[in-house]
Amino acid sequence: MKELIQKLVETTGPSGYENAVRALVRAEVESLADDVRVDALGNLIVRKGEKKDGGLRVMLSAHMDEIGIIATHIDERGFVRFTSVGGLYPNMLLGSRVRFLNGQPGVIGGEKLDAGERLHPMEKLFIDVGATSREDCPVQVGDMAIFDRPFVDLGDRLVSKAMDDRVAVAILIETLRQLKDTPNEVYFVFSTQEEVGPRGAGTAAYGIDPELGVAVDVTRSGDTPRGVRMATCLGGGPAIKVRDSGMLADPRVVRWMEAGAKKHEIPYQMEVLEAGSTDAMVIQVARAGVPSGCVSIPCRYIHSPSEMVDYRDVQNAVRLLVALLSEPIELK
Amino acid sequence: MSATRENTAAPLVGAEQIELLERLSNAVAVSGDEGAVRRIVLEAVRPLADEVVVDAMGSVLATFRASRPNAPRVMLAAHMDEVGFMIVKDDGDGLYQFETVGGLDPAQLPGKPVLVGKDNLPGVIGATAIHLTTREEREQKIPVRQLRIDLGPEGAGKVKPGDRAGFATRFKVAGPSLVGKALDDRLGVATLIELAKNPPRNVELQLAFTVQEEVGLRGARAAAYRLQPDLALAIDSTPAFDLPTWDDEENTQYNTRLGEGPAIYLADRGTLSDPRLTAHLAAAARRNNIPFQYRQPGGGGTDAAAIHRTRAGVPSASISVPGRYAHSAVMVARLDDWSNTLALVRAALEELPDDLLGSER
Repeated sequence: MKELIQKLVETTGPSGYENAVRALVRAEVESLADDVRVDALGNLIVRKGEKKDGGLRVMLSAHMDEIGIIATHIDERGFVRFTSVGGLYPNMLLGSRVRFLNGQPGVIGGEKLDAGERLHPMEKLFIDVGATSREDCPVQVGDMAIFDRPFVDLGDRLVSKAMDDRVAVAILIETLRQLKDTPNEVYFVFSTQEEVGPRGAGTAAYGIDPELGVAVDVTRSGDTPRGVRMATCLGGGPAIKVRDSGMLADPRVVRWMEAGAKKHEIPYQMEVLEAGSTDAMVIQVARAGVPSGCVSIPCRYIHSPSEMVDYRDVQNAVRLLVALLSEPIELK
Repeated sequence: MSATRENTAAPLVGAEQIELLERLSNAVAVSGDEGAVRRIVLEAVRPLADEVVVDAMGSVLATFRASRPNAPRVMLAAHMDEVGFMIVKDDGDGLYQFETVGGLDPAQLPGKPVLVGKDNLPGVIGATAIHLTTREEREQKIPVRQLRIDLGPEGAGKVKPGDRAGFATRFKVAGPSLVGKALDDRLGVATLIELAKNPPRNVELQLAFTVQEEVGLRGARAAAYRLQPDLALAIDSTPAFDLPTWDDEENTQYNTRLGEGPAIYLADRGTLSDPRLTAHLAAAARRNNIPFQYRQPGGGGTDAAAIHRTRAGVPSASISVPGRYAHSAVMVARLDDWSNTLALVRAALEELPDDLLGSER
């Protein structure tokens, strides 16, 4: 699965422009699925299984998009001004390398700061693609770029840009691959535009009208020096999300996940996230409402160009999802 | 029967169109109370449309059938409401406390003439005479709760809390410019009405004159839910911050520029425009020699933000007429920019390929 993760994270796919990721996913899932379709907002929706006794219509969601930047102006000397697509940390921009959708690499530079300014606001930053004028600049207003760092395998730990949320995309693909028999009608949704909303998952949920929604996304961990106050840690197992800033997970869904993890002896941890949310937030309020929750992969340095996850958590997340979906589901 | 159209880059805006825009601009229709504009819209489109519905929130939805079966359903949205004020409390003697409705900078308010209530009673947002202020006071914005609308003794007791008020600016044409209040989005409303007069018959055209855009895109959400379009375009107005910068450096944050034509949105805070749609809009502009610009990606939003997320999703984009001094008592737009916007929307609809949504987003 490490190779699959590497292929996914090293693909360029900012919010709204996920086609390259979708093509990769489709190639992996086409032979495994009962049905594959793409909806109006570009969500890839893959169905496996039909509802039998005790089964539910389940929607899983992992988002294909990553954070990035979008060009707002090309100046006379070929420098590219930009703004954010999704949540960017202002202190992680200066000096970053970016890659545009057309393959063009660039470096983020900054103007001289005024006295008293500690951090560059985005208006004082620019991307240098090595051009000398507006005319010879290969970038135009509206072009998008992502942060460009390669995948690194540290053994148990994996580092890359876009672990959020390509690691979950990989988890969903692998779950689909290993899910042999299921009494549930399972929709694996590879969603779009989560980082600017979430947006894609909401419309996908409307189209599917599921009875249960489970997002798979990264979450923060509290295990770095003087870090955020959080119980989740890398290597502690997939995290069962109880609450984040956009969603209170359905307690029945939380209990179902916990019971499944215990029954199949899969390590897990409980998650309370103070800031941030996932596709589950919009799935929960789709149509007349959907009982929802989330399986999270603890991740350090989220929304930096070097996000770190523990490979064992990833493998255990697959085990957990396969176990849960292989059996009838009763939410109680 | 289709009308022949010659040079589409030539002005489509004449005396009739200006007169309509003037009536629309001068009407006061603050979010939630759009009646004055709704009346003008209904009068214009009822005789022309195949079906007209005023929905539960007050949006006017006018449908024009296509001349062939299974034509794509195209929704155009322009909002009828403007930013303005709501009376909050009667202080007596014709003085009223008020709140703003929609995004309004308090710095825009002192000294502005307004029209209040259903009878459009003239009043003014009082400003303290300079003789009575200190320099420190003049450097601060006066918070809205310290301002009053003064209707004078004439107006005492004639309006009540809940009544709305708008800027009293009267529309005029000044050389190449259109000058008036609420051109955001009466320009869009007028554009839709113009299309209604000679609708393209290759699509099912759904004209949505929406309510409450300025307070959260509320009308558009319900309108799109009912209309279930195959694709949608919001027609709005957007700021032009294109004046020179104070230090004569290149202006890198102009958003749009006057005189450079309709602004196509690639991305704003609410929508990542569907690239299939924006590519088609740009191609239609080039084919028909219509000047256009791209609105700088960044903040802001249009009805498209609500529309593209309804039901199972709707491929959407926005086109706006640029205007200086948005959300103030006076907006300045260029007649040619409006004319070219009209031309672009018409060309984009008439030349809409049947397989536009055949490829995946």
